Amino acid sequence: MNTEQFRICPESGLQFHKPAETLMRIHAVAAIVILLVGGITALLVTLTRWPAVHLLPADRFYQLLTMHGVNMLIFWIITFEIAILYFCSSTLLRCRLATPRIAWLGFALMMIGVVVNNAAVLKGDASVMMTSYVPMPANPNFYLGLILFAVGALLGCFIFLGTLVIAKEEQTYEGSIPLVTFGALTACIIAVFTIASGAVILIPTYMWSMGWIEHIDAVMYRLVWWALGHSSQQINVAAHVAVWYAIAAIVFGAKPLSEKVSRTAFLLYIAFLQLASAHHLLVDPGISSTWKIFNTSYAMYLAVLASMVHGLTVPGSIEVAQRAKGFSQGLFQWLRKAPWGNPVFSGMFISLIGFGFLGGISGVVMGTEQINIIIHNTIYVPGHFHATVVIGTTLAFMSLTYFLIPVLFRRQLVMPWLAKWQPYLFGLGMGVFTTVMMGAGTLGVARRHWDMAFTDAALGFDYPASAYTLMGLVGISGMLAIVGGAIFILVTVLSVFFGKPVESESPYGVAATILPKAEPTIEPAGGHAATGKWGFAAPGTFVFAIFFLAIFVVYYAVNWKYLASVWPMQ
Amino acid sequence: MSAIQPPAETIWWKQPLDRVEGTWISIALLWSLIMFFMMPIWHVYGKQNLSNEAYRTTPAAFMAKTQAMVDEYTVRTETDMQLPVVHPPPGSDIYLIGRLWQWWPLLELEKDQTYRLHISSMDWQHGFSLQPVNINTQIVPGYEMVLTITPDTSEDQTIICNEYCGLNHHTMVGKIYITDGGS
Ligand code: HEM
Ligand SMILES: [Cu+2]
Repeated sequence: MNTEQFRICPESGLQFHKPAETLMRIHAVAAIVILLVGGITALLVTLTRWPAVHLLPADRFYQLLTMHGVNMLIFWIITFEIAILYFCSSTLLRCRLATPRIAWLGFALMMIGVVVNNAAVLKGDASVMMTSYVPMPANPNFYLGLILFAVGALLGCFIFLGTLVIAKEEQTYEGSIPLVTFGALTACIIAVFTIASGAVILIPTYMWSMGWIEHIDAVMYRLVWWALGHSSQQINVAAHVAVWYAIAAIVFGAKPLSEKVSRTAFLLYIAFLQLASAHHLLVDPGISSTWKIFNTSYAMYLAVLASMVHGLTVPGSIEVAQRAKGFSQGLFQWLRKAPWGNPVFSGMFISLIGFGFLGGISGVVMGTEQINIIIHNTIYVPGHFHATVVIGTTLAFMSLTYFLIPVLFRRQLVMPWLAKWQPYLFGLGMGVFTTVMMGAGTLGVARRHWDMAFTDAALGFDYPASAYTLMGLVGISGMLAIVGGAIFILVTVLSVFFGKPVESESPYGVAATILPKAEPTIEPAGGHAATGKWGFAAPGTFVFAIFFLAIFVVYYAVNWKYLASVWPMQ
Repeated sequence: MSAIQPPAETIWWKQPLDRVEGTWISIALLWSLIMFFMMPIWHVYGKQNLSNEAYRTTPAAFMAKTQAMVDEYTVRTETDMQLPVVHPPPGSDIYLIGRLWQWWPLLELEKDQTYRLHISSMDWQHGFSLQPVNINTQIVPGYEMVLTITPDTSEDQTIICNEYCGLNHHTMVGKIYITDGGS
């Protein structure tokens, strides 16, 4: 093996393979540029949904909303995820990256896809939203761009898998792969499935848009499209949970409470989440209730269970690590003494809380077959998924980026005082944004809708004044979150391109070393639990979890009650 | 640093669970099961369930059925577009078309009476969103969805479209008026 190509980061001890390092850098930078495009469109779209401002004309609004959805949900997140896959394979396993040339090809395809798709939308004849439901037609390049991007991402997935194989063969690590890599592996497997579904639906749609195919059944389209659209959310969850574990390990030296539980929970994502795409079709015609219930419950609740398990074990592992360091007073000293001024930690923790309390609870509630009747396609839905993909995934990736700037890019963070506030501004702004959006959705305000006042309509409708107030708050809190997002981009771009180099040296040419097993835990007398309470290693986390459950139960019950008040129907 | 390292124990799957994990997993599993059973239970005891009743149709066939209803039961027209307001007999099959960009025709229903509401789209996908009562379903071309509804409030309702359907999506508005019956 060519040792010329390795360096060890003295601060983190991580070992980087040069071609992998370059690829991770380029993916991360590209992802952040895409995030900027998504952010600008977010600004304009939000200013339009803010009733008092109502900035853009209708055609621009729908066009930029399409751009916002595609760039954020697909391009930003997946481009960053490929960087994470390379990190979790090549860097964490101290292994050379499989076929860097093909990785470059994958990257090029992805970027061509981004450009082709955005050009089609900007041209104006592809304002079809990211879902591009047939039979509403778009410029064929819209689908072509998505297909190219997907093929590129698929290459990235195979390179990740190939790197795992090389690492195993060349024995670059002892024992089993680390939990974080295992999480990335689940994300990758789900991604392969997702992209296959994407191909099954987007290729015929492309052919249809070219006029080569007559007809695509609209329900079939929705079914297969959501096999793509939903499972890609599972990639995100698996990826950001892996990032949570990674940050807990990096910041606290935390180890999972038990490998078995955490790994099984990841496996549940693969096994059960695919079919949960059904929850997008709960109020669709032509699909039976039995199918809907089976796919949303058996399939979905086991994955929800998995998330509830990670929701306990990630903070639980932090609690145990902190207690072992002596922060073991009362229930919450471990949390009070956490490094709240370090954006790597604060961002990760806000991501965890926001994902669970806002995104998780609302997702399960609206995914209930009957409750969906009062929520489907209202602005509650974007409220829910901004809590999952923005507070959950995006903020987790932002925290990881703060860690990567010195380690991967070898730069010092510029304006660290600003970076310190960024997760709070972004996380709390988004927290309010998603909550008021869900509130407005409960009052029936539609998503993807330019004018809640219906001024140009032949027949009118007046939402209650409270709906306008809530949408005004959507605007204001959206601005806060946008400032938070802008600070992130400013700080990272300035650091990467103009930051001072890190002082320590990290030369290439070190001999590759083998990744050792974790230190066995030295059980305190009386076991793990001795530093905890009630025989629990992480009693504070448990109290949190019970609090979470209580809110969940109440909110779930309230929604059934609300449903019971609408017209009887069957 | 440990979740980013291989597990300390080679046979990690034999490592016992911590009590906090075991307890939480049991509670979470129980809650998941409760949520699971709520859905079938509501199908039996709850009053708000979507039907499984849906048929394949074509725009022309659906239009014909709707037109027949409009011809027979129109009681007045509204706006300069002369939109028909239809007052069909209680208990009957009634039809609603979603198309670019209107819900057609306007309906007038009697409170506490039951109707079989058939909805389909003539063109793209639409979102049937009845406000303020807040009932939302997806309307897909080629499929005719049947909802058996019983308006039990006397407030007039507006149908808006909450599935994006092109440039004038936000002007797609219809009405379901509610009368007190006995007329
Ligand atoms: C500060 C940040 C952000 C703000 C203020 C914001 C705001 C908005 C608004 C106002 C909408 C329109 C809702 C509607 O009318 O239906 C929207 C839609 C959406 N946003 Fe964001 N957003 C932000 C960040 C993000 C991020 C980071 C992601 C993904 C990772 C994202 C994904 C989406 C998606 C998928 C849609 C739906 C598009 C559609 O309906 O097709 N947003 N956002
Ligand atoms: Cu419509």
